[in-house]
Amino acid sequence: MDEISTALSSRFIVTSVSSDAHMWNLVFLQLLLEERGAEVVNLGACVPDDAILAECRRQRPDVLVVSTVNGHGHLDGLRLIEQIRRDPELAELRVVIGGKLGIRGAENARFGSELVAAGFDAAFEAEAGMAEFESFLGGLEKGPSRELAMAGQEGAA
Amino acid sequence: MNALQSSTAPASGRFSRYVRRSREEGRLVVQPRMGFADTATMRRGLEAVRGVHAASVGTVTVDSYTRVNDHVSARRALDRGDDLNGYPVVAHGEEETRRLLGGVSGDDFPVQFRHGSALPRELFGTLARVGADATEGGPVSYCLPYSRVPLPQATEAWAECCRILADRPEPMHLESFGGCMLGQLCPPSLLIALSVLEGMFFRENGMRSISVSYAQQTDPQQDLEALAALRRLAAQWLGDDVDWHVVLYTYMGVFPRTSVGAYRMLEDSVRLAVRSGTERLIVKTAVEAYRIPTIEENVDALEFAAAVEAEERSRPPAAEAVRQTGIYEEALRLITSALAFGDDVGSALVGAFAHGHLDVPYCLHQDNANRSRAAIDPRGTLRWSDPGAMPVAASYHQGTAKVTARSLIDMLGYNERRFDREELVGAAVKGML
Repeated sequence: MDEISTALSSRFIVTSVSSDAHMWNLVFLQLLLEERGAEVVNLGACVPDDAILAECRRQRPDVLVVSTVNGHGHLDGLRLIEQIRRDPELAELRVVIGGKLGIRGAENARFGSELVAAGFDAAFEAEAGMAEFESFLGGLEKGPSRELAMAGQEGAA
Repeated sequence: MNALQSSTAPASGRFSRYVRRSREEGRLVVQPRMGFADTATMRRGLEAVRGVHAASVGTVTVDSYTRVNDHVSARRALDRGDDLNGYPVVAHGEEETRRLLGGVSGDDFPVQFRHGSALPRELFGTLARVGADATEGGPVSYCLPYSRVPLPQATEAWAECCRILADRPEPMHLESFGGCMLGQLCPPSLLIALSVLEGMFFRENGMRSISVSYAQQTDPQQDLEALAALRRLAAQWLGDDVDWHVVLYTYMGVFPRTSVGAYRMLEDSVRLAVRSGTERLIVKTAVEAYRIPTIEENVDALEFAAAVEAEERSRPPAAEAVRQTGIYEEALRLITSALAFGDDVGSALVGAFAHGHLDVPYCLHQDNANRSRAAIDPRGTLRWSDPGAMPVAASYHQGTAKVTARSLIDMLGYNERRFDREELVGAAVKGML
């Protein structure tokens, strides 16, 4: 986090999930991505699935970043990614999720692999810190590819 | 404590009577934040809180699906046995919720339902029918930070919701959550103004038993001044016919990660509550930084709070006068300027936010101007670095330094570092010896 790069030219949508009202994680992510040169649309807290899908279709972001800390992430995230992958326009969209994905502290780790299996390109459990997400962003700076993004998921499991 | 303003109206309803009686006995009412999906566990939680060695009231925290009126998802989670982060009142239904309360809630143990919903019509209807003693929130405090609902719509819904509570034969108690906006990094004057304005809104819509709130921030002296200002403004603006008290929240921001740090943070909030004459305290537990606490962890926190309270009350009162830096005047200016935007409190709130005269720093909601910025100064005091269009002055000039991801994280983690230092730094030093 200390080395701020401006090489990130991607466009991001940052959002929470439908039942999650936490906001600081979203404020922080926006600042982090903007400092790296990204363009960010921040949908805020408690965004219904339909609104997330509609914004993604309209804005065509390079990456959708879903951030959630209320413990419902493993449920809401699952429902959301299933809808995204079913949508022909969004099936190939790069989508990552991170935060506190369940209500079980360190045991939340198992949710990460479930979410990736369901279609997220990567899942970052808060217990693992920001390093995995940083390396995911690093991968994007070198040139986005699905393989690089997949590196993020190993840390999540 | 006698010199502080307190409500003069008779206490109405079980919740308020219990708080009043405790105040008269010189006891701080303590309350957990606690919610479990299934009735048996929730019931066990309420019974455990009733049994603590403290003047306690019960809490049923409602889950996040109910907050956004997604009762279908809540019902599905119950059917599948999935984890939920609270008790889904509407999905459980009236009969089940009555069973939850039956024989546990009473004159000596009133129960408050805590929810976070911008549109709580259905929830409040159920709560009124099952005999809940109290609930909380507000048209601003549960809209801007917790929803995408337009503020005018939330305000309209809350007006109706207040009526649902006020029309019950045994009136319910309603607490404003205005003193907790975003949990941290909102300067005291705005927290106070919003809590008092929401209290006035409740009164305008028929409520007569109201609490105003304030959340512990980063500087105990500033918090003490803020709580005195809140009492003074509540006495002035809520009217003689309103039975009111003040509720303090143990810090609602990023919490210390060490057990020692978490308990110190809680201890500070208890001392603050006693010194400020606050009637009720909502505690946090040692595991706040990690996960939703167990029943036992909540019981520990409540009994720890009661022990600190007894110790604090045995001390001679502080010789020092409460610092006066103008929080009262600033909050008063925010209240009067906001009220000029409408003929009633509801429309005034909507108008004031639309014009940025009320502006919650960093809040992403589309009806919040999000131009104001707050910062923690080198002494640990929370200040306006940029008040946006609000009629208050910037009190901390950081020059051109913009808030960055890094500096935001530093500010959000201020209390975490302050309270964890003892154990973390101590351990490192020990390791070097």
